[in-house]
Amino acid sequence: MPEVRNYTLNFGPQHPAAHGVLRLVLELDGETVERADPHIGLLHRATEKLAETKPFNQSLPYMDRLDYVSMMCNEHAYCMAVEKLLGIEVPERGQYIRVMFDEITRILNHLMWLGSHALDVGAMTVFLYAFREREDLMDCYEAVSGARLHAAYYRPGGVYRDLPDTMPKYEKTKWRSDKDIRQLNATREGTLLDFIDDFTQRFPTHIDEYETLLTNNRIWRQRLVDIGIVSPERALQLGLTGPMLRGSGIEWDVRKKQPYETYHKVDFDIPVGINGDCYDRYLVRIEEMRQSNSIIKQCINWLRTNPGPVIVEDNKITPPKRTEMKEDMEALIHHFKLFSEGYCVPEGEVYAAIEHPKGEFGIYIISDGANKPYRLKIRAPGFAHLSAMNEMAKGHMLSDVVTIIGTQDIVFGEIDR
Amino acid sequence: MSAVKNYIKSLFLWELLKGMRVTGKFFFTKKLTLFYGDGEKTPQSPRFRGQHALRRYANGEERCIACKLCEAVCPALAITIECDEREDGTRRTTRYDIDLTKCIFCGFCEESCPVDSIVETRNFEYHGESKQDLLMTKTKLLAMGETYEPQLAADRKADAAFR
Repeated sequence: MPEVRNYTLNFGPQHPAAHGVLRLVLELDGETVERADPHIGLLHRATEKLAETKPFNQSLPYMDRLDYVSMMCNEHAYCMAVEKLLGIEVPERGQYIRVMFDEITRILNHLMWLGSHALDVGAMTVFLYAFREREDLMDCYEAVSGARLHAAYYRPGGVYRDLPDTMPKYEKTKWRSDKDIRQLNATREGTLLDFIDDFTQRFPTHIDEYETLLTNNRIWRQRLVDIGIVSPERALQLGLTGPMLRGSGIEWDVRKKQPYETYHKVDFDIPVGINGDCYDRYLVRIEEMRQSNSIIKQCINWLRTNPGPVIVEDNKITPPKRTEMKEDMEALIHHFKLFSEGYCVPEGEVYAAIEHPKGEFGIYIISDGANKPYRLKIRAPGFAHLSAMNEMAKGHMLSDVVTIIGTQDIVFGEIDR
Repeated sequence: MSAVKNYIKSLFLWELLKGMRVTGKFFFTKKLTLFYGDGEKTPQSPRFRGQHALRRYANGEERCIACKLCEAVCPALAITIECDEREDGTRRTTRYDIDLTKCIFCGFCEESCPVDSIVETRNFEYHGESKQDLLMTKTKLLAMGETYEPQLAADRKADAAFR
């Protein structure tokens, strides 16, 4: 009798469902997964080490590139850590802008997740619809920061610039009549806040659209229900956070439990799942998008009526206004000092965590009192999630591995750092 | 009763038909895509951060005074500057290179520039066939500045209140 051996399969790094550069070594018994062994490190860029060689402000653009589908949230954690070290308080308007853009980022991330998850499982259309909405949110990103993805908008002490009062408009081309252009620009006539407001008005109907396509769809349910079940106890033991934890029924959200910025002033609910399977996590994320939408609305209302500074006005930490810098010697000295040497922070160690779209994203800084961190550690939620891969995939079919990768919302930028 | 209802719904693929209605709707609506290759572009804000340029003053004098602040602030170390005294005794750069293969387009160079010399234009469509093509030398940067000056000046003016 011949010896029957398990089959070892390399899933990725070039597999389109591997979300980037995941190399998963699967041990298969027929089509059943016996063991899933994720190999990471293909996107390692040494962000933590790099931060040790740069003044605090200069590491900021690298934080965008950690989880490259939720850029501003990464910056937020970093800025919060530096602010904690410095012991400064962000002006309230700055905090509201941060909260608003955190939630915009959450929607951006969840749309990307929804699109790619559905695409992996076999539903193409949702991907296209999700990107239609993402385009609007990218425009918001671009309007405030000048970049569609890697914004570098948050700064230790607040945000770089206040929200613009105009939106860029479509220009006339030979392909479109004046009426078409007017239609395209209809939402862009007012300020950025009007544009976002308009988005929040129509976004719930778009979520309904996605739900019509997926929630009750028999193929979608067959692929998701009872796949990758994590019990609440195991979820805690595995260190899962964010929708992965809430999908298992544990009501934990850093925004509620340890409120930062102005989250204690906005009203929202934490959705939780019951079964802890992929389908519950899908429902949790869908509901989170609705909640984010309502948070954005509340922020818009506040921001409309409360002008003010968006960044602390301490020129030792934040650069002076340009007009000031050009006329005042003191401001010019601050400007040069800040952009060359940066600022020194007090000695100590801090940990600042935020509710990132994927889970708890934390930055841990040890400072020896210099103008750069002695050590910076990034707590990436995706890393803990990926570590749970073996447990979640065991006993399932090969095609379910794709669903599980999708539901974990893996982005390699943050896992490999 | 609801079991019967569910059975009938399931038998006649009700949820699939509902999904098909959503997708079918888009047969009859206008396309959202733009004719990018034929001159249509998505709108860009005045804050847009694209390829770099070095600006000149209205009298043709280059703005850069070789203070090297952009070189110091650049997180990716993409900027290299060498400077010397010019015949008229002013301090100017003899070399100003930006390596676009290193640049991460964070915009810190523009933020730090005390004379608004190094700026980021709205141009995001560039390519190079070799690495050499992507090294922006001083001549290339000044040429970029001349090409885009009206736009650059207008954008800086539009955003002046926020900076």
